[in-house]
Amino acid sequence: MPTLIRNRQIVAEPSPPDLVVFEPTDDLAAFAGRIGSLRIIAVNFPKYGDGRGYSIARLLRERYGYKGELRAVGVVARDHLQQMERCGFDSFLLREGENAQDALAAFDDFSEAYQANAAQPAPLFRRRSGR
Amino acid sequence: MYRYDEIDQRLVDERVAQFRDQTRRFLAGKLSEDDFRALRLRNGLYVQRYAPMLRIAIPYGLLSSRQLRKLADIAGTYDRGYGHFSTRQNLQLNWPKLEDVPQILAELATVEMHAIQTSGNCVRNITTDHFAGVARDEIVDSFVWCELIRQWSTFHPEFNYLPRKFKIAVNGALADRAATFVHDIGLHALRKADGEVGFRVIVGGGLGRTPLIGHVIREFLPWPHLLTYLDAILRVYNRYGRRDNIHKARIKILVKERGVEKFRDEVEAEWAHLKDGPATVTQDEVRRIEARFTRPEYEQLADVKYPAAKSPFAAWMKRNVHPHKQPGYAAVTVSLKKTGVPPGDMTSAQMERIAELADHYSFGELRVTHEQNLVFADVRQAELPGLWRDLRDQGLATPNIGLLTNIISCPGGDFCSLANAKSIPVAEAIQRRFDDLDYLHDIGELDLNISGCMNACGHHHVGHIGILGVDKNGEEWYQITIGGAQQGRIGRIIGPSFARADIPDVIERLIDTYLELRDSENERFVDVVHRVGVEPFKKNVYANLDQKPADRRRALAA
Repeated sequence: MPTLIRNRQIVAEPSPPDLVVFEPTDDLAAFAGRIGSLRIIAVNFPKYGDGRGYSIARLLRERYGYKGELRAVGVVARDHLQQMERCGFDSFLLREGENAQDALAAFDDFSEAYQANAAQPAPLFRRRSGR
Repeated sequence: MYRYDEIDQRLVDERVAQFRDQTRRFLAGKLSEDDFRALRLRNGLYVQRYAPMLRIAIPYGLLSSRQLRKLADIAGTYDRGYGHFSTRQNLQLNWPKLEDVPQILAELATVEMHAIQTSGNCVRNITTDHFAGVARDEIVDSFVWCELIRQWSTFHPEFNYLPRKFKIAVNGALADRAATFVHDIGLHALRKADGEVGFRVIVGGGLGRTPLIGHVIREFLPWPHLLTYLDAILRVYNRYGRRDNIHKARIKILVKERGVEKFRDEVEAEWAHLKDGPATVTQDEVRRIEARFTRPEYEQLADVKYPAAKSPFAAWMKRNVHPHKQPGYAAVTVSLKKTGVPPGDMTSAQMERIAELADHYSFGELRVTHEQNLVFADVRQAELPGLWRDLRDQGLATPNIGLLTNIISCPGGDFCSLANAKSIPVAEAIQRRFDDLDYLHDIGELDLNISGCMNACGHHHVGHIGILGVDKNGEEWYQITIGGAQQGRIGRIIGPSFARADIPDVIERLIDTYLELRDSENERFVDVVHRVGVEPFKKNVYANLDQKPADRRRALAA
């Protein structure tokens, strides 16, 4: 069974039957009206190196103001987790074979980020100059 | 030099720890070959023909003597005592052991260096003009903007898995010495009459299999918007760039397939949402980065005149010494293109010596150029004779900058697993044919570039003469282009390819044709090609190819 991590915790929970899954090629604008009413949205990563889901996550959070649970599904591996979180994901359905306990450490790989991102809307330089 | 602050240093240290753990997991069989490939490439580690290759970042080509000593030490300890400076202003080690790479990265981190994003489908090392900060035609100091972009691109969470690699060049002077028209994004600084600084934004240029010249999508982008605009371009590319075919995945193909107008509209629409957001660059941040760069403390000096005698020193002055914005100072190119030495290669001993010379002559700093040479940017003119003697003793004063033997070349089939053909022996054969310095100076300015395959690491498309290694039924052949230019012109193929042994003759025939056709010494080879076209060159090269040029000249004269 693939393991689910939510808010940096391993949780045992079946996926809801009505899970809305965005594929990399989906047109977000067409869904704009429905996004606010959803409690959970999943974004699929079909390959290890397919980075479209990162942009989709940021758009959902920053453009469409989505506040519910945002779940990464598909090829989701330990070494993706921190950047996914920075793009706005808060839950992660790890691919088969990943060690969830080990993977939790990945959220702390880097203690800072230069960029503005979904998790930290002020880029480092705005916080640096504020010191 | 930009000096790291505590956070810059911490991020690089954390990267070392991350990669150490990834390597450990790979060696323990917990990370697959494919997954580890994506991770190691983002730390510059390739697995090559004979051994791994590690590409160390030299951000925008700027290097301190302390860093060069560390590189010399690493090349001596973990490799075979030499390194190769690439056309991306990086340093490549060709023989490190995979298990040693985390330790090499840890050593690099002690001198504020790394191999972050020197490969992989992400934003690569930012390149710029090697005369940044000292050029007389400077508009802005491009190093400051390169560092700003370096920080923005480092571990960008959204753009770490792009469709393909992504190369950005920044030019801060009037003349374009950063090849901004053949990059995924080229930024060319401009200053309006009222003093406002901004950038011309060029997108979709590139070499490789499909060489294309970039398009200007914005004539003037005021500097505060630089990062939000880059975010907009990258987001459009990340979402819509092709991922079905590796050969069509660069942004140039997206721009071409969509059309420049539509692509620009998409970027502008995306930018409308990001513009004036939190990623808008502040004056404080630009000042902060400026202040973290060390600056040479120039003395008030007068220019020194050297007599234009016919001497080896005068030849070096003419070719390898460049004007400087500060009176009494000059910039000097250290030629790594001595005949018989693979272009861009340098031994640990030479690195040590160069570091000493940089300390003595140029404030302890140097630059790596995309022509695979080094530059001492701040030399007192009065010390030029001393520097010349010291460089000459090391075999680093070949007066050939801008000339035919200043060959730009990838490592080629001797090292690289992608190459179709060798490039280093071709470079050497040409250098040997054109070993007469007077003749070389008479031929004048000429860029000759060699790539061992169509990935074009030797930038053959933009050489005045370009040589491309091609594979024909398992044999090495070479295709010749002429008329390319770093300022944004792609050379044209002259005809069927040649065997390696024929290349020096072919080059000689091209040169003979040029010397016959030029209207004066001021008309360069590339100017003649643009004036008369490829045909006269083609005709001369392919006529009686089995005859030696010298015999043929005699026959023509008779």
